[in-house]
Amino acid sequence: MKRLINLTPSRGGRWLLGLLPFLLLAMLYMSLSNARLAENPNDRLLPTPSNMASTFYHLATAENVRTGEVVLWTDTFASLERIVIGVGISALIGLVVGIVNGGIPIIRAKFSPLVTVASLIPPMAILPILFIAFGTGEAAKIALIVIGVTPFLIRDLQGHALRLPDEQLIKAQTLGASSWQVMLRVLLPQLTPRLLNATRLALGTAWLFLIAAEAIAAQEGLGYRIFLVRRYLSMDVILPYVAWITLLAFLLDQLLAWVSRLAFPWYHAGEGDKS
Amino acid sequence: MSLLAAKRLEKHYGNHVVLENLNFSVEPGEFVTLVGASGCGKTTFLKMLLGTEAVSKGSLTLDNQPIPNEPGPDRGVVFQKYSVFPHLTVLGNVMMADELHSSKLLGKSFGAAKRRAVEKACARIDEVGLDHALNKYPHELSGGMQQRLAIAQALMMRPRILLLDEPFGALDPGIRQDMHVLINRLWQEQQLTIFMITHDLKEAFELGTRLWVFDKTRHDPQAPEAFGATITYDLPISRDRPSTDLEEALQQGGLKTHTQETLL
Repeated sequence: MKRLINLTPSRGGRWLLGLLPFLLLAMLYMSLSNARLAENPNDRLLPTPSNMASTFYHLATAENVRTGEVVLWTDTFASLERIVIGVGISALIGLVVGIVNGGIPIIRAKFSPLVTVASLIPPMAILPILFIAFGTGEAAKIALIVIGVTPFLIRDLQGHALRLPDEQLIKAQTLGASSWQVMLRVLLPQLTPRLLNATRLALGTAWLFLIAAEAIAAQEGLGYRIFLVRRYLSMDVILPYVAWITLLAFLLDQLLAWVSRLAFPWYHAGEGDKS
Repeated sequence: MSLLAAKRLEKHYGNHVVLENLNFSVEPGEFVTLVGASGCGKTTFLKMLLGTEAVSKGSLTLDNQPIPNEPGPDRGVVFQKYSVFPHLTVLGNVMMADELHSSKLLGKSFGAAKRRAVEKACARIDEVGLDHALNKYPHELSGGMQQRLAIAQALMMRPRILLLDEPFGALDPGIRQDMHVLINRLWQEQQLTIFMITHDLKEAFELGTRLWVFDKTRHDPQAPEAFGATITYDLPISRDRPSTDLEEALQQGGLKTHTQETLL
């Protein structure tokens, strides 16, 4: 008998093993839902899958009589727009500040403490300030994501820039590189894949801030819808919406991973297929 | 006129004296090999040549000018590790010097300038025998191939001095032999001036025209940091004399230094 740490499942087995917890959870939900519905057919807390599917189908296809909009898609596009713009701005700021901070000691000495302090401010605590400053429109929501995510990205990239071997910076200088060229040809290309990686990690936080901001003040959006229907205990809307958000988050994450692997094969060289 | 000269050169960190009383002059075309026990300041010396460590006392001049206090294209370098850029292919790594030179703003050349850079780089890559791996990334290369690449890259700027910090230390003996042939050929063809740190005395004898032994001449057991290392032996090595003769000569001369004990 091999040691436990040496037992690796086969490819198919890995899929089955990965699927197993999901199946168990689904079965648990079904039995609980059935039990509740047997007692009270009008129970709203644990709706049947068919009930949720029909509601979700309705949300995804039926046009609003007044505006002609389909609820699900309006919500999805509004939320995606906010998160993509917010995370995009954060990534851009993070990359630029991370490179400059990591590459130029004089600037790092000035800004590094500021970034550290800024990253410790709980963004939710300053949400009221954002609403006061930017109004309750799109700007405040995007600003919340940017404020929440950027310091993390800056700190991660700056740290990574400092961990690059000195040999590389020296080598670049012996090849005649100026400070600008070192940042452009050594730091930028080596930090970009790191940025994609850090952004993947930051996406979870970004969703949190997005939904929080939408819950408080919005006219459409995934988070807004969930908090709106909460008043009617509409679990048949909330649960599919949560699943939908999870799917979107998963797709965004995989998209970034795919871009990173495609564009920076050298960065992923050390990774085996230990999934 | 000597290319590189030092007069009463010293290096200390606070009270810790690392190097002291270094006097030498090196002519263009010399191949100096540096040996000595670990931690005796060889690498510190190389870093002073490179410009990343400042001179504490005395003078170190390149072409009669004080050596610049930061790395520059006149001094090429190959380290034991991390010498090539992991994000660039073999071709990209070697082209880099040219691109940095011709495009100050972007550090990347296009069109005709790029074609010229590619041509030049390809010639260099051929010289070190990596022409079959033009579009591979460093992580796809073996250790020996990575060092070949690092050498080709360092030579693109035609540096006045090439600094090698144990460049073959991590390689297998067979591959090391190939690298000796390569570096010897490049040194002769391009009339380079080379400083090479090595832990292998045999390598030092085989490659160099001049051997420097770094060691401490004075020891104070109460204050081991009070005295630094210096060049205790500065031996010219003639190419026609086999290295075994030199080792014997060393022994006959009674040079039983700490260095020798650790190296031989």
